[in-house]
Amino acid sequence: MAGSFWSNILSKLNLNPFAKRSQLKLGLYGPPNGGKSTLANRICMDWLGEEMSTVSHVAHETREITIKEQVTIKNKKNKELTFSLVDTPGIATKIDYEDFLRKGLNKLDAKKRAKEATKGVIDSIKWLDNMDAVVVVLDGTTDPYSQVNITIMGNLQARKIPVLIVANKVDLRKANIDVIKAAFPQYPVVGISAKYGKNIEDFYEQLFNLVK
Amino acid sequence: MVTFQFVPYQDIVELPSAKRINKLLNIVKDNRIVIMEGRLKKEEECELIAMTMGEIGPRFKGIELSVIYPEKGSKDALTKVKDVVTSILLGNRQGLTIIGPASIVKKIEKNPDKIELLTKEASLLQITQQNQQRKR
Repeated sequence: MAGSFWSNILSKLNLNPFAKRSQLKLGLYGPPNGGKSTLANRICMDWLGEEMSTVSHVAHETREITIKEQVTIKNKKNKELTFSLVDTPGIATKIDYEDFLRKGLNKLDAKKRAKEATKGVIDSIKWLDNMDAVVVVLDGTTDPYSQVNITIMGNLQARKIPVLIVANKVDLRKANIDVIKAAFPQYPVVGISAKYGKNIEDFYEQLFNLVK
Repeated sequence: MVTFQFVPYQDIVELPSAKRINKLLNIVKDNRIVIMEGRLKKEEECELIAMTMGEIGPRFKGIELSVIYPEKGSKDALTKVKDVVTSILLGNRQGLTIIGPASIVKKIEKNPDKIELLTKEASLLQITQQNQQRKR
């Protein structure tokens, strides 16, 4: 009883030498349709040979936190990094089921999807406290100065969680990585195409820098 | 018609976080656009989004949120010290927070010293005007 009490105190202070370090949790965060699940699939395909999440052009395809344990990646120097990859639902300030109707869903499915999406956003926010490092996935073709992006960044900064920004969809002509760099100059930014794997090696290299 | 409600800093400074967020959210749910003096804490902004999600239903579709805050880099050292002392004595009432119901406010765009608030009616009017021009 007393042993467990002191063990808890030491664990809380990160001083318990016998405590087993839980696996590093790497979260994928960002607004809907930035490409978080496409990136999660890219990482899992590259290193585990299997996909992790379903992707779609309709926003809020990921409505639940999805975790892939024991993802091990290697860099050019053959150094290994093992983490739990956490794919999160996109964070938004508004969800209108009529948007899903316009994408071809029937009324019942659209309402169900909207309900699940709202719960997903709440879960994403709750899970922020569990993350050891976060990759913020932004659509490189859209304006990065949205309040959702600013709020996500501000909260990661307040929690002192290391951040890497991915400017996704650089295969598209409209993509502009410089705007994202200018919006968040305090963080490293890597431009990739998660869909086609463009510049993905740079991304993996940056992951090692993120958690070193 | 669009209604704005000004929320002075002194009206919310004494409230605990949850009540502060609730107060703002209740105004927005009443289809009014909040213009709040100062800004919420970063964690409160996140909580506002989470609480908004909990309220979404057939009548309430969420919020549009924008925070305007003076650039920290453009101030000299003396002004920065003054700001810190003022915020310790009076609270952080710098900046402006705008929260609108998503059913009315389509988008809030901000430039350093200018806010553009695009309402649904305005965008509908824009589309109608574009269609009329095309017909001509």
